[in-house]
Amino acid sequence: MASGVKPRVKVPASASAGEVITIKTLISHQMESGQRKDSDGNKIPRSIINRFTCDFNGENVIDVTMEPAISTNPYFEFQATVPETGEFKFTWYDDDGSVYEDSKPITVG
Amino acid sequence: GAGAALVSFLPFRANAAAVDDLIAEFTGGAEMADRGVELIAPEIAENGNTVPIEVSAPGASAILVLAAGNPTPPVAKFAFGPLAGSQTASTRIRLAGTQDVIAIAQLGDGTFARTSKTIKVTIGGCGG
Amino acid sequence: GNWSRLAAQQRLTQDQLLQFDTFGNVSLIHITDIHAQLKPIYFREPEVNIGVGDNRGKVPHVTGADFRRLYGIDDGAPSAYALTYNDFSALAAEYGRVGGLDRVATVVNAIRAERPDAILLDGGDTWHGSYTCYQTAGQDMVNVMNGLKPDAMTFHWEFTLGSERVNEIVAGLPFAALGQNIFDAEWDEPAEAFAPYKFFERGGVKIAVIGQAFPYMPIANPGWMFPEYSFGIRDQHMQEMVDEVRAQGAGLVVLLSHNGFDVDKKMASVVTGIDVILSGHTHDALPEPVLVGQTIIVASGSNGKFVSRVDLDVRDGRMMGFRHKLIPIFSDVITPDPTMTALIDAQRAPYEAEMSEVIGKAGSLLYRRGNFNGSWDDVICDALLSEREAEIALSPGVRWGPSILPGQDITREDIWNMTSMTYPNAYRTEMTGEYLKVVMEDVADNLFNPDPFYQQGGDMVRVGGIGYRIDVTKPQGERISDMTLLSTGDAIDPARSYVVAGWASVNEGTEGPPIWDVVESHIRKQGTVTPADNTSVTVVGA
Ligand SMILES: [Mn+2]
Ligand SMILES: [Mn+2]
Repeated sequence: MASGVKPRVKVPASASAGEVITIKTLISHQMESGQRKDSDGNKIPRSIINRFTCDFNGENVIDVTMEPAISTNPYFEFQATVPETGEFKFTWYDDDGSVYEDSKPITVG
Repeated sequence: GAGAALVSFLPFRANAAAVDDLIAEFTGGAEMADRGVELIAPEIAENGNTVPIEVSAPGASAILVLAAGNPTPPVAKFAFGPLAGSQTASTRIRLAGTQDVIAIAQLGDGTFARTSKTIKVTIGGCGG
Repeated sequence: GNWSRLAAQQRLTQDQLLQFDTFGNVSLIHITDIHAQLKPIYFREPEVNIGVGDNRGKVPHVTGADFRRLYGIDDGAPSAYALTYNDFSALAAEYGRVGGLDRVATVVNAIRAERPDAILLDGGDTWHGSYTCYQTAGQDMVNVMNGLKPDAMTFHWEFTLGSERVNEIVAGLPFAALGQNIFDAEWDEPAEAFAPYKFFERGGVKIAVIGQAFPYMPIANPGWMFPEYSFGIRDQHMQEMVDEVRAQGAGLVVLLSHNGFDVDKKMASVVTGIDVILSGHTHDALPEPVLVGQTIIVASGSNGKFVSRVDLDVRDGRMMGFRHKLIPIFSDVITPDPTMTALIDAQRAPYEAEMSEVIGKAGSLLYRRGNFNGSWDDVICDALLSEREAEIALSPGVRWGPSILPGQDITREDIWNMTSMTYPNAYRTEMTGEYLKVVMEDVADNLFNPDPFYQQGGDMVRVGGIGYRIDVTKPQGERISDMTLLSTGDAIDPARSYVVAGWASVNEGTEGPPIWDVVESHIRKQGTVTPADNTSVTVVGA
């Protein structure tokens, strides 16, 4: 399992019903491309996050299939519609089988 | 400074056949319009290891991004769910040299649109 | 000689230089690209400055006699000395040194005497470029500029002090640090330490000054020194900022820019609503603003050599007219401001002994500016070839650095004025002929790409030990040809490795002695340096 993987997300704390908000996410991860060689000339095996999803109260916002061309510490910015009070759930899927999650509540007032 | 002596930095030849195959796989060989999808990226990358891009295609179900000059061209596929506030997404990508980045969207009516932009990845100038 | 010098100076007076019929209700004062030149210096303008694409043959890509003809300047006139390169050594003997921030202070004070609330704007490249600036990590310039009381500033080379030091200085600045394109790299949001704009109330007008830092900082300079920041042109964000300040009632929108002149021209054409661009970075000095649509673009030179004054008549939320003057700072004509002289001397005093040591003498005029080579850079390349035992030398095409007259002593300070930077290591490495061509094509495209947004505003990398032919009209990859190793006359072999010495690599961990030591050692051995005429670059399509 990759070490030091840490997700971070920016979501507003509140919104009005039906409002479109901007969400930013970052996860610290090497994103080893599989193209690099170590000092002995051996290929370093690929180890990346290959999928990222964002859902709200069980419904999907965005589902990203990721390739090694995504930079170290993958960053995503996108927009979501907030129909009601609830929780955003963020999930990152690692090549090694690890799954990293974060969630953020939002209040519709 | 122009003495970027230690960086291995030779332009890659675009892998046209691989790119065509990837596009055909996504579109099923359908025609692609040149309107309906937008790709925003810097003229010159500050750093080829982390180049910001934004793709946008109103009403699209998915957008495929390819880097035609990378050793392996696939970059990402963005699929937009029912709660997407817009069919827009930004990320940062790796580019192995100056090349075209391509975005293809499957639009709401099932048709496809394509755009591309040349992004320059440079060793650097010197400055005034 | 002395007689002609006196005669020339008698033709010029401070009152003449400052003469200006105050106009309208707003005054702007612009200084830029001082590169830490606190004291008067000589500075020869370029002979070769090629424009490409739409800017072919347009200012600032006009030099010498063509420039004088364009602006109606007589040969030998003060303006000919200040703005063109011909007869430089002879005219320098007549008119003397230029610049000096104590003279700049006199000019600023005189403008403020006529218009007390004139806005003084510094375009950046201020905290870089001298012995004392390096030794004090920019503190000498901060102290002296604070004495001038600017109202706002933007940035380029400042960031090569490292982001920690920049943040520390900016936190204590008594004026606005602006950059609408300075972003936090991690979250891609405007950086908190740098405001995009600042409002000023002057003459009953709300004036917005928007800052634009150098867009290509992490490419042209070592990005690892300021990894928290991202830059870029960000013309869309610029339009948003202009719209935002207009919505807040700005009657005048001023862009304090470090884009470079051609980039500013394009920016003026793609962003609507900017009244005045005060342009920096490419070190051009223009006696008249250039008009693009409704926007005037002002270029104020470099190295403390000029101050621009722009008076504006702003009424009903519109710029109705302007009056402009590019004031050359003739140091023997303008009386230094004594408070400022004392402040400058205090910064220099701890280092005066080391700085003033004479290392050698100039056998001919040493200058830097020009697209392909300058005699000072030839000296640096010669030093790299001999001191680092290399076949080929590469020296960055930067545009700062004063000139040295024939017969003038070369002091340690003079060497540092040409070389001072925080990544000075003179590396020695091997490059294949193929790689060398890639490097040169790459730099050439940063200079001669027909789209200004792809231009980084420097000059071509200087080379020693090789010659080449360049066709500036060709696309990237096809401009450079006929690369020849001068020592043998053989064509550069793409497959062969060559020993290359250079400096100012943007790569972290570059090893080698600092370039100023390399140059000093070389000049000491030479005694009098007289670089051979450089005929190694053949230019086509100019
Ligand atoms: Mn400069
Ligand atoms: Mn600059």
